[in-house]
Order: sequence, then C-alpha cells, then structure tokens
Amino acid sequence: MLDETKPLYIAVAEQIEDGILNGTHPEDGPVPSTNELAAFLRINPATAGKGLNLLADAGVLVKRRGVGMFVAVGATAMLRQRRRDDFARDYLAPLLREAAHLGIDHREITEMMEALQ
Amino acid sequence: MSAIETRNLTKHFRDVAAIDDVSLDFAAGRVHGLLGRNGAGKTTLMKLLTGQIFATSGEMRVLGENPVENAEVLSKTCFIQESQKYPDGFRPLDVLRIAEGLYPAWDQGLARELVADFRLPEKRAIKKLSRGQLSAVGIIIGLASRAPLTFFDEPYLGLDAVARRLFFDRLLADFSEHPRTVILSTHHIDEVSNLLEHVVLLDEGRVAISAEAEELQSAAIEVSGRLDEVTAFIAGADVLRVQEIGALATATVHAEPGSADRARAAGLQVAPVSLQNYIVHRTTAAAAAPVT
Repeated sequence: MLDETKPLYIAVAEQIEDGILNGTHPEDGPVPSTNELAAFLRINPATAGKGLNLLADAGVLVKRRGVGMFVAVGATAMLRQRRRDDFARDYLAPLLREAAHLGIDHREITEMMEALQ
Repeated sequence: MSAIETRNLTKHFRDVAAIDDVSLDFAAGRVHGLLGRNGAGKTTLMKLLTGQIFATSGEMRVLGENPVENAEVLSKTCFIQESQKYPDGFRPLDVLRIAEGLYPAWDQGLARELVADFRLPEKRAIKKLSRGQLSAVGIIIGLASRAPLTFFDEPYLGLDAVARRLFFDRLLADFSEHPRTVILSTHHIDEVSNLLEHVVLLDEGRVAISAEAEELQSAAIEVSGRLDEVTAFIAGADVLRVQEIGALATATVHAEPGSADRARAAGLQVAPVSLQNYIVHRTTAAAAAPVT
C-alpha cells in the first residue's frame, strides 16, 4: 500500500497527495486524522503525524484548531504543477534508460505510446 | 523527557557480563523496539529496569527514579514476561482479577473486549492453555493495564497470524488514544517495524545500535546489476554484504545522501533494505549465524 523505497512519512504524505489529486480529498474538505491514518495504514501515529505536518508546512493542508486538517484551497493546482515538474525525472528518465538498453529508439517509443492509447 | 535512562549499567552472572556497560535513553511516550539475538541480554535488561534483579554496577532511572524496591515506580510499570509463571490452579479469570487490582489505570472494558477478541478460555486452568493462549493472557494484561511504562518480552510467542495482527492493531489503537512508553522486544521485526519509533539492538550485552527507526529504514540500500558495475559502485562504500551469481551481483551498502540516485544513474537496480534485514546484517557482521 505504501511505497517502501521512501521514508514512511514521505510515503504517507504522497498517499494523501494522491487522494487530493484524484478527488478523494476535495479542497476545503477534511483529511483523515493522525490516529485514523495510523490505524488505516498500520503505522505509528507519530509517523502519520509527521506525514501530515509535511503537507501542512508545504501549504497543501491547513490546520484548523480543534477540528483537524483540511485540504488547502488551490492545493490541487499546486500539487499538479509539482508532479509535472517531477514527471521527466521520475518517469521519462527511467523509461529512456530502459529503452536504450533494449535498443528502442524514440520513433518506436512514440509508436508504442500511440498503440496504447 | 526520558522514561528510562541507564548509565554504564552492568550485570554479571558469575563471570558472564549479560549486560555490559549499557548507557541508553528511552524517550517517554514512544514505542521502542528492543532487538537482538537470543542471549543478547534483552530480558536481563528488562528485569533490571523492573527491579527483578540487581545490577552489578552502573546507574538507572525509570520514570525519574531508581526502580529497585520502589512501589511507586513499579505500580506504573507493567512487564509482560515471555516465561511468566502463575500459581498452581490459577485460571485467566483469576490472573486478570489480580491485575485489575494491581494497576491503577486498568481498563476493565478493554480487558473484556480483548478476552473476546483472543477467544481466551477464561475458566480453563492456566497450565492447560496453549502457548498462544498464554501469550494472549500477557497481551491482555499489558494493554488493559495502561501502565505509563509497558514492557512486552516476545509477546508473539505461539500466536497465530490472526492473533498477531490483532495484537498489533489493538496496541496501535490503544497507544494512539492513550500515549505511553512501550518497550517491545521481539524477533518478528518485520511485523512491528512500522510501529517502532526508536530501536535498540543489543549484541552480547552491549548496545550495537540505538537510533531512530526511520534512520535505520533508510540506512542501507541493496544494489544489483552486472558484477563489474556493482563492484565499481561499491568500491569505497561501507559494504555490509555482497553476493555474486555468475556475472551478476547484489550488494548491501550503507546509504549516503544521493547514493541511491548514483546507483540508478550507474544502471543498477536499487531496493530498500527492511529494518529486519538491516538488523540481521548488523548482527551477522559481528557474529556468524543469522538472527531469529
């Protein structure tokens, strides 16, 4: 469920981000509490809290005292832009590396992508 | 704040140093893992900290005080022992009733729920219980006592997979609602690694590791690929283990900032090293046989 190649709290933060991007957690709506998240992901509440705080520090979540954390207005656009920035590094670079290993040139890659659509 | 502090704590049994110059801090309100091979000194350390045996030398503070013959500290401490002995003829019912009187923060509602969850036959004589049912008695006491400081010494013994998960989930839920200091000693490291915040590894009575679980989970990486590429990459790295299979190799190395990215750039596959595997590597580096 969580990406094990990353520190756990970062994987927690990314999972919440995924939920915001796919509409599971709409803007201005609440996200799960630290304890809910800990129980659901079966991790220590301190780790879950650290993941949530990471997003609060980045402005993706806002704390409402006594109520919990909410998705910031504008968070979806902010996350989408950041994910776009990371796309080349995280997806295209490994793709091109593997293609080079297999002797697949750029024209073939384009053809494969068209065939998939 | 520390729930437990030890300074140069040492315990000799005749000429064997079971605990050898151990200086540790266990912060309050966290879940700590106390790990190590059989005979590493885990149980001895817990017995010292709960005043069951006396130190040969050194200092310790448990909840701010010396625990030896200290009723105040001991009423706030719950030690679930692997080999707990009960008086003849006792049933779980009797044990739980006594525990209820012993621990000021005892939650009888939680105890009832756990008895049902673990399907513990309360009226059967303790000596007729299976090993797993015996472990369940300890787990129920450890959780329902809500003691500010709780030690679990190999609580998983004899438990089936369903009961192990039950323990994990119940501990997590109760810890979330009622934060306290938990020291968890177990060989099932993979099962509890996401619950641990701090890890102590004992090896032959000494502290081999005392670190944040998060640091240890990213302390090492496993790289694999062509033998020549792996060999080039690990030159100068702190290598824990290398395995060669023909023209291929897999190596476990201590990770430095950026080393995973460099390995990928060098065309190697990079995989994380679980806490359990890291502990095994760190233990076998000192001894010959694998852990657990």
